[in-house]
Amino acid sequence: MYRLGRVGTGTLSHDLNRWWTMNILRKEDPFLKIGETNDRSTKGHSDYVWALRDISFKVEQGDVVGIIGKNGAGKSTLLKLLSRITSPSTGSIRYKGRIASLLEVGTGFHPEMTGRENIYMNGSIMGMTKKEITRKLDEIVDFAGVERYLDTPVKRYSSGMTVRLGFAVAAFLEPEILVVDEVLTVGDAEFQKKAIGKMNDVAKSGGRTVLFVSHNMAAVKNLCTRGVVLENGTLAFDGTTDEAVNYYLNNNFQLEHGLITDHIDELASYITVDKIAMVLLIRRAPLPAIKSIWRCFLKGQQPSLLKPMSNSNSLIRVRCRWQLIQREHIRE
Amino acid sequence: MQTTEIKPHSKWFDIDIKGLWRYRDLYYMYIRRDIVTQYKQTILGPLWYVIQPLFTTIMYMFVFGGLAGISTDGAPQPLFYMAGIVLWGYFSQCFTVSSDVFGTNANVFGKVYFPRLVVPLSGITSNLLKMLIQLAMFIIIYIYYVFTLPSGTLHINASILLFPVLIFLIAMHGMSWGLIISSMTTKYRDMKFLVQFGIQLFMYATPVIYPLSAAPEKYRDIIALNPLTPIFEAFKYSCLGCGTLDWGGLLYSTIFMCITLFLSVLVFSRTERNFMDTV
Repeated sequence: MYRLGRVGTGTLSHDLNRWWTMNILRKEDPFLKIGETNDRSTKGHSDYVWALRDISFKVEQGDVVGIIGKNGAGKSTLLKLLSRITSPSTGSIRYKGRIASLLEVGTGFHPEMTGRENIYMNGSIMGMTKKEITRKLDEIVDFAGVERYLDTPVKRYSSGMTVRLGFAVAAFLEPEILVVDEVLTVGDAEFQKKAIGKMNDVAKSGGRTVLFVSHNMAAVKNLCTRGVVLENGTLAFDGTTDEAVNYYLNNNFQLEHGLITDHIDELASYITVDKIAMVLLIRRAPLPAIKSIWRCFLKGQQPSLLKPMSNSNSLIRVRCRWQLIQREHIRE
Repeated sequence: MQTTEIKPHSKWFDIDIKGLWRYRDLYYMYIRRDIVTQYKQTILGPLWYVIQPLFTTIMYMFVFGGLAGISTDGAPQPLFYMAGIVLWGYFSQCFTVSSDVFGTNANVFGKVYFPRLVVPLSGITSNLLKMLIQLAMFIIIYIYYVFTLPSGTLHINASILLFPVLIFLIAMHGMSWGLIISSMTTKYRDMKFLVQFGIQLFMYATPVIYPLSAAPEKYRDIIALNPLTPIFEAFKYSCLGCGTLDWGGLLYSTIFMCITLFLSVLVFSRTERNFMDTV
């Protein structure tokens, strides 16, 4: 349960109200009832939303679970709950072993300290003991590839180097459960390959359980054995990776279908090259063009590309015509 | 491998001592970081820890001893003021470090879990090391005075052995009040402004620059209610011979400290669970 808006003078009255209702009158929390679903694109009536609601799933040892979903679906919130950064409003989480979470690369880095000192700092923050870090120091430096800069303050590093160092420390954690949040997209191509390779090692040969959030469908398909799709805070799908990725992609595409028929204004503001081409076609020969385009969309294909338009005025005019024509088509 | 369960409401008394022990390396790292990074790229480095109380003592001698004419109960002025400054400096540092734990560390706390109590504990320990440097300078000036004054004026009491206890009391007082303010500041930031001027005003309510005997009669009881008063008086008695050693006062201070420490750690532990949503 998450409160929107600024934490201002309103909250004192909310707090007092809640304290009065719960402790004195001994009723349920009044604000727990009026939480709404967390759909970020609609305005809604309540100040409280359910960032996550009714999420239940079980992960066995050795599973590599990919958690996918749109922005704002609740993936990072779920990982924060697992990492004990914040606590749930209702329900419980039970786990056996240690959870190490990699939500951001380079947590605890201090710009004035050298690379070596920061390795120790970062490692300790993530839960390694000093002896462990000393033991693995050579491997970490080798993985990061920053040996020359190891004794320079981190503020002198390039941003890519800090990221490499941060990820290298995290890669050598040895927890039973690893929770990773969208960190594999940083660094250059060579490093990304290294990172995904290391994740593969950790997951498949290490026998560890990994929960992996990403928008990179290729990486998810590559690494994960299970897939979970979150949508507006609820669990939409839980199954094999391929099915989950397909569900996620189809769902998003479906939404665009809906946009075309219901929200035609929004369609015109979706300025992609394909749609501008579609609008161009309409100007030339309305009805047959529309029919062929509509068939394309139903099949899930894109219409063929033509020259993109640069004149915005003509776009608006054609948009109106497109609206009119489209509505007639529906009424048929 | 242990099974852990995360639930929304946990028991009232839920302090993670085992977690603190497991993260002791992080505690040392934080102390190291505090000390090493503060004077990077400076020439004088740790010498600045000594210059600040030295100049403050000189100012106090001039203003309070000279202009205002407040007595120092027989002890030489520099020693008297320096004793007060060293201890008070430690208290105010402990308090300031502990009073905005969630605010200053919000970005680290939002990404990683570790027992949050590590941060204020490491803060008071690193300040302890800084205080010891200032204490060394105090001892140097003290030795100078022992040789230059007629013998017998300055003598160290057996109660100097209480010194570690006094330091511990000060640290815990500072930390407990700081933790309470931290926990309240996550939602209502008014407390932050209170800290800044509150500390300055509070210095005048404790016998730092004046001995308790110099306070007017009607205020003496109120000042005696201050749990820090017996600590300062005890320190000045043990090395300068002024004032009295008030065992009752020390006991009162200890009990006060235990109660506030317990409450503050409780409140802190409850706040650390959910503060990321409002800080």
